[in-house]
Amino acid sequence: MPITPTHYMLLSAALFIIGVIGVMVRRNIIIIFMSIELILNAVNINLVAFSAQLHNVIGQVFAIFVIAVAAAEAAVGLGIILAFYRNKESVNIDEMNLMRW
Amino acid sequence: MLQAIAFYTIAAFILGFAVLVVTTKDTVHSVLFLVLDFLFVAALYVMLNAQFLAVIQILVYAGGIVVLYLFVVMLVNLKRPPEAHSDPHRMTKFGFGLAAAVLIELGAILVSGYMKAPAVAATATEASMPVSGNTEQVGWLLYTSYLIPFEIASMLLLVAMIGAIVLAKREL
Repeated sequence: MPITPTHYMLLSAALFIIGVIGVMVRRNIIIIFMSIELILNAVNINLVAFSAQLHNVIGQVFAIFVIAVAAAEAAVGLGIILAFYRNKESVNIDEMNLMRW
Repeated sequence: MLQAIAFYTIAAFILGFAVLVVTTKDTVHSVLFLVLDFLFVAALYVMLNAQFLAVIQILVYAGGIVVLYLFVVMLVNLKRPPEAHSDPHRMTKFGFGLAAAVLIELGAILVSGYMKAPAVAATATEASMPVSGNTEQVGWLLYTSYLIPFEIASMLLLVAMIGAIVLAKREL
């Protein structure tokens, strides 16, 4: 039984859904950031699967850009978490309402 | 057959560790499951003939980003669990709407994937490149067609580094 791009798309969709569930359900902001990393990985799996299917390396180049953006996002996000924790002694997103209207 | 076995094994590990990342109570365990998840995604990249990306995945994700997460988890020592929530059902409607949208999307993937065979567009990119081999091709593309995005990515990383230092430093 050959493995088609559909299989990779379903795996990627399942990983994406798990990440979205993590973002929606958990209240610990560190876990939420890890779920965002899972979502970005799901996108990368899709890009690389199509890159392999179409014999075109551009998908892998885009996956590298996604990894770069994920690294930048993790650095800034974790800096925000540290700054917030220093002020409020908490990582619960329900208490992050300082800039709400 | 061998490819199918490898794919289903790796996929099962990826999804299983992803579920563990989301459901584990202890944040440190969650980060460690994230490392294992990234390693299996790297294995999937090797299966897809993207060896350079697999190495980058292990170096950047499992080596760099996860260590950053571990540092933050160790720095943030929680006296009380952050999961206590007053109203657990406040996002139910939004959640069901989102789930329905994803379900429709999955159905569309299945229908379009199994009803008709995927048409492979003839792409001339690989043939027109003067280099062969995965890493060489990725590098060639990054330094020719995608030079400007590559430079912008480097600027983004510089800005993110300075921003993270400014945010996390106690006083400037």
